[in-house]
Order: sequence, then structure tokens, then C-alpha cells
Amino acid sequence: MAKIELENIAHSYQPKPASDDDFALKKVHTVWEDGGAYALLGSSGCGKTTMLNVISGLLTPSQGRVLFDGKDVTKLPPEKRNIAQVFQFPVLYDTMTVFDNLAFPLRNRKVEEGEVKSRVHEIAEILDLSPYLNKRASGLAADAKQKISLGRGLVRKDVAAILFDEPLTVIDPHLKWQLRRKLKEIHTQFGLTLIYVTHDQTEAMTFADKIVIMYDGALLQIGSPDELFEDPAHTFVGYFIGSPGMNLLPCTVEGNRAVLDCGSIPLDPAVAAKAGQGEFKIGIRPLYLELGEQPCDGAVAGRVVSVEFEGSSSIVTVESGCSKFKVRTPEGRPVPADSCWVYFPPERTKLFRDQRLVK
Amino acid sequence: MEKWENNRAWFLILPVFVIVAFSAIIPLMTVVNYSVQDILGPGQRIFVGTEWFREMLTNSRLHDALIKQLIFSGLVLLIEIPLGIAIALTMPHKGWTASVCLVLLALPLLIPWNVIGTIWIIFTRPDIGLFGATINTLGLAFDHTANPLHAWITVLLMEVWHWTPLVVLLAYAGLRSIPDAYYQAAKIDGASRWAVFRYIQLPKMRGVLTIAVLLRFMDSFLIYAEPFVLTGGGPGNATTFLSIYLVKLSTAMDLGPAAAFSIIYFLIVLLFCWIFYQALQAVGTGDKS
Repeated sequence: MAKIELENIAHSYQPKPASDDDFALKKVHTVWEDGGAYALLGSSGCGKTTMLNVISGLLTPSQGRVLFDGKDVTKLPPEKRNIAQVFQFPVLYDTMTVFDNLAFPLRNRKVEEGEVKSRVHEIAEILDLSPYLNKRASGLAADAKQKISLGRGLVRKDVAAILFDEPLTVIDPHLKWQLRRKLKEIHTQFGLTLIYVTHDQTEAMTFADKIVIMYDGALLQIGSPDELFEDPAHTFVGYFIGSPGMNLLPCTVEGNRAVLDCGSIPLDPAVAAKAGQGEFKIGIRPLYLELGEQPCDGAVAGRVVSVEFEGSSSIVTVESGCSKFKVRTPEGRPVPADSCWVYFPPERTKLFRDQRLVK
Repeated sequence: MEKWENNRAWFLILPVFVIVAFSAIIPLMTVVNYSVQDILGPGQRIFVGTEWFREMLTNSRLHDALIKQLIFSGLVLLIEIPLGIAIALTMPHKGWTASVCLVLLALPLLIPWNVIGTIWIIFTRPDIGLFGATINTLGLAFDHTANPLHAWITVLLMEVWHWTPLVVLLAYAGLRSIPDAYYQAAKIDGASRWAVFRYIQLPKMRGVLTIAVLLRFMDSFLIYAEPFVLTGGGPGNATTFLSIYLVKLSTAMDLGPAAAFSIIYFLIVLLFCWIFYQALQAVGTGDKS
């Protein structure tokens, strides 16, 4: 178990990076608390896996230091770091039995055979793998294979953190849920630091205490699922979290009001006071917009373009001026047929300056 | 589901049957036809049943050639497979050096087989050949035309030079198809270089190595052109392998015995391939008790 600190980490896959764009990871500076369950969320190619490999030691970063419990491990190879990693596709030693697979990391470290046996049985029990111990690993289903990969990490007593690189990609949906619950159980039982890379926000939200959002090689925000939903620090977070994502509309700020091309809406005065200079956008969750047939202050006129039913609610697409946005309305509430008014509650309307949240 | 005999899909595979019939089955049947008859001349033939088979199975020269052939193919597999894997493991993974290696390795495979024999005749000549002359200047009397052991070494060397690249290419393809995650996981598990080879690379190469073993066995068991050009089966009968003996028989117009021999030869190859295939498929599968 360990606290993991990344000090000004940057990594480029090119030997001589010329500009910022050559870096897959740009100046990451963060702390992963001991025993935390983190999800690393971002679209493909944003540097999630690079970051994971820097932590596990498969990559040595071009710049910066990695500290485990205050100890510099930047130059240490993966086998010396007490890190376990589970990959996207199950990695197994095909010709070995499940038992031998689980025993492999211990045997490589010359652990005495009696101890290997008790440790493997203990871990197999936790992962429900006991019935398969004498079976060839290659013949098992994908979820059992992923459990073996995980088991190879857990079997070592000194393991500090487990890193997951989209481990549920190849698992059937109904087993995903089971396996995720197993991970949660293991997390509470062992108190390990877990870092879980995914591009599936539902997976991240259900798994982690803290979600780390990455975009283009940088960390945008670290927070609980709730914080990310309510107060996204960056327009990307607003857009990426939630389905559909936050409505983002370009605007200018005049006094306490945001002026859009389709009208103006009041802002929270405290926020408007800090607006300063820059390129502005307002962002609001589809959930918080209100549809009405009568004009009122803080509402803009629009036209309903389409309605999608999603069971307990509907997603209404509204066109207003040159922009389109989505409104989530609860089931049963009447949706205006054509022209309508959309109300922006000031306390829910976020202001972004140069893509960053003003607060 | 319709009954299989009413199924119109049969029409679609009919062309294949026709091609296979003309390319394989009918020629094979001619051989079968010869093997049970004694042909004395045009229109003069006598049915002899299994006589040629019995004669061939008790023919001591055939036994002699078969044993030589088995030793030869065994040595070829023992040398070429490990050597091919070793070379594939040391080859660069990417970049222009990998392309250069691949092209250089493929060169021997592109040369016509009888030209290979000719190259090696010149290469091993004791007076002017690079190899033969060098060995002789080192003080070792080397002459593959007179000494049976030297003839064997030369044929083996030629075979290894000619065909190891095929094993390398197959093994290299197998190695390149292993995802990086395997090596990364092995690093994290603290696996040694040997353990990576034994538990990741070798099992992942099983498929291509099965192909390599089968191809190299069949080809070396049927080897003809190269030793025919290089040694002509000599000195004496030292390098008279099965196919060389077979050609000697048939050119002597003993078509009946030669046909019977061909069928026996074919069955031996089939049998060995089946054994190899079964054995390689069974290694490292199945559960432990």
C-alpha cells in the first residue's frame, strides 16, 4: 500500500520532443492517496495508458519524478515497484494451469513453495477461482481470465497499488457488473490503491471515489462523480461527463447577464463579478433547463426540433438563434409542439472563460 | 434443414472436385494402377496383386534409404527449428534493419532448387570453392565427392542454409503477433528472460512452429533436386535418399515396383505428418489432475 506522487511528469515517445504537441503527457503533477479508488477517464489517445505505464514503471518519463510513499522510484523497473497491472485483454500464461499462473509472480521472486501454495489458495478463494485451480488457464471464459490477471497482482503480499487498463472491455455486459462489484469488494478488503483507466463514464462513476479527467495529455479535474457533474472545471469535463453532456453556448458578459445570440440570461452575480476578460461560454446540464410556453426573465425563445424518449425522461433538442441545445424533461411533462421558451436557472448556469470554469 | 443429398450447395463445390480429380486423384490412381500390374509393353500387362508391395517392403536397399532419410529429416528438424527460433529472437523488431534482415533471409528461398545444388558444388570444391578450399587450407582434408561423412555434412549444411530462413520467417511472424501487454505483464510478474521464452513466446509460436515442423519434415523427407545435383546420391549410396532411389528405380523402367514404392512413400509421409501434428497440438493443453 502506498501513496503515489507524480512530480511534474511529462513524457514524449519521441527522442527529441520539439514542441508541446510532441508530449503524450504534459506536466502532470498529482497525488494518489493511499487506499483510494481512482478512475482515470478520458477519450482515446489522451494519455491515460501512458500515465498508467509511467506509474507501473513500464515507461520511464522524459521529465519529472515518481514517488511511492515519498521514495523516488522513477528509475526502478516494474518488478521492483510492487505494482500490479491488469490489461485490456487478459494476459495469461496459456500452457500453465490456473494455479501455476497465480503462483508465477511468487515463484519468480523465489518465495518458498509452502507459502506459494497457501497464498494462491487464499487468493483463489477470494476470486472464486478455486474450482479451476487445476485447469488450463487458456480454456476459461474471458471474465475468469481477467480474474486470473488480477489474482497475479493480488497474490503478492507487498503489492502497493493495482492499475487497471480498461479491464472490462472484453467482458460480457452482465458479467461486467459482477466483476466490478468484485473489484469494489477487493478494494475494501485489501485497502489497496486502485487506479482504473476507462473511457466509459458509467464504469468510472460506479467504481471510483475520485475521478480524474484527462484531456490531451493533461489532468483537467480530480473530484467525486458529484463534483464533476455539478462543477466541471473545464468545458471538456462538462461535455464528457453526463449523457448527453453539458450544453455549451458561446456568449459575452455584460454586467450580470450573459448575452447569447438568441437573447440574454441572468448569471449568478458572484460569478459575473469575477468574469474578467476572455472568450466566454455558458454551460448548463440538460437536466436543469426548463421548458415553458410563456416568456419570462432568464428564458430564451426557441423551437423544438426533436424529442427522444428515454424511459423516465425525454431529451428535447431545441434550436434557438444559431445554437442547438438539449433539455431533459421528466416523463409526463408536456413538451411544446413547436415554439417554446427555455429557462436557464442562474444558480445552475456555469460560466466558462477560455474553457475554464469561473468560480 | 434439407437432407444433405438434396442440398444444392453440392453444385457449388463441384468445380473444386473436378480440379482436384484432375490434379491429384486421377494421377494418383494411375500410380495405383501401375502398382498392381506388371507392364511388359504397350497393351501387354499382367495383374500381379500385391506382389510389388511385398517386394518393395522386403527390399533392403529401400530399408537402407528409408533409415538414411529418417536420420536426415530428424537432423534437419533438430537443427533448423531451434536455429530458426534463435535467429528470429535476435532479429530487430522494427525499422529498416528489420526489413533488411527479412530480405536477406528470404534470398535462399528464392533460388531455384537445382541452382542451389550447383552453387554448393562450386562453393564446396576442394580446389577453388570458398568453403572447400578454406577448410583444406586449415589442414582438414575435405572432399564431399569421396568421403561419405563429408557428403552428408555438405548436404545437411546446404539444406540448413537453404531452408532455415523459412523457419525464421515463420517464427518471426509468430513472435511479432504477441501483444506488448504479455511482455509488460511478464515484467511486472518479475519473469526472467528464459521464463518469458518458455511461457509466452514458445506457446504463442505453437501454431507457426507446427507449420514449420510439418513443412520442413515433408520437404526434407522428399528432398531430391539439391542432393541429386550436388552428390548424385553418392559417394556410393551414402546420400541416396528415398526420392533419389525412387527415380533410379523408375528410370530403370521398373514402373510397377516404383509405383508401389511411391504409394508406400506417400503413406509414410502422411503417417509422420499426422503424428507430428497430433503431438504438437497435444503439448501443453489438457488439464492436470
